[in-house]
Amino acid sequence: MKVNVVRDVLQRNTQIAEENQKIFRDYNIFVFNVMSSPGAGKTTFLVQTIERIKERFRVGVIEGDVASQIDAERIKATGVPVIQVNTGGACHLDASMVRKALSHLPLSELEVVIIENVGNLVCPAEWKLGEDLKVSLLSVPEGDDKPMKYPLMFTESDVLIINKIDLLPHFNFNMDQVEKVVKGFNPVIDIFKLSCTTLEGFDAWLKFLIPKIEEVRK
Amino acid sequence: MHEMPYTQSIFEIVIDYAKQHNSSKVKKVYLKIGDMTGVIEDSVRFYWESLTVGSVAEGAELIVEHVPIRVRCYNCGTEYVAPDQFSLFCPECNFFGGEMLSGKEMLVESIELE
Repeated sequence: MKVNVVRDVLQRNTQIAEENQKIFRDYNIFVFNVMSSPGAGKTTFLVQTIERIKERFRVGVIEGDVASQIDAERIKATGVPVIQVNTGGACHLDASMVRKALSHLPLSELEVVIIENVGNLVCPAEWKLGEDLKVSLLSVPEGDDKPMKYPLMFTESDVLIINKIDLLPHFNFNMDQVEKVVKGFNPVIDIFKLSCTTLEGFDAWLKFLIPKIEEVRK
Repeated sequence: MHEMPYTQSIFEIVIDYAKQHNSSKVKKVYLKIGDMTGVIEDSVRFYWESLTVGSVAEGAELIVEHVPIRVRCYNCGTEYVAPDQFSLFCPECNFFGGEMLSGKEMLVESIELE
């Protein structure tokens, strides 16, 4: 007997992600998910963002990592609540891991939740978490060929942060080429070029982010 | 890289349908995998074998249909099939960019039960 199924393999994850989104909406919390390869600067980007918005918004962080508390400790130093999710070897966060983490965050006291995904340019792209914004990071030392080599990550993201632009003089990094490739299959993506060390370009990112948070708060 | 959780999901869907139809044996599972997903068929088969041991799906054959990456070029409007996710240029005008019409699918299409 042949039975028609036609079910998306990721449907269960998508369902839980939609439920997460509903929980976030009930609390009027704006959520963004930060993805990149290891070493692109996700944690530093988070710390710098938190330092600049924490006077205005109450922020919480879900910190995904294969193992260890190292990143969570750095976030904790900013004074915001952080919950570490160790995926135990899994290469990405999924919606049910985020759901479990939510019960450890003081949601009624929060206005923004930032999810730091596991460092990986392949897997996290396909797993919806219930976020409002998917932010991917690409750092200059990684090389300008990454969007061509990992196309799915860059076609699934809402925002691309090109980080470590202070290192541009030392690398053969073709910025125009990166933008062209990324926009090729994702023409609506917003691209910000910045340095989390010198903070050059950081204001443009904040000017983009803050109205998005306020929109959800209304 | 992400085949293990995918295969786990496939397994759960298959078991769910077998239960619904009171079946004690799954014979075949028909999958559709888009070429854009980067999912490695051999890895799915490898995990499938280990995951299904002792279940009603043990020994079930996986039949995989690959869904090509179909693109409509933003520059010249040509519809074309890209050979893989790393070769997305338009064969007509060499433009890099277009609307992706298919290739991101990952579906359990149907199953055959005894």
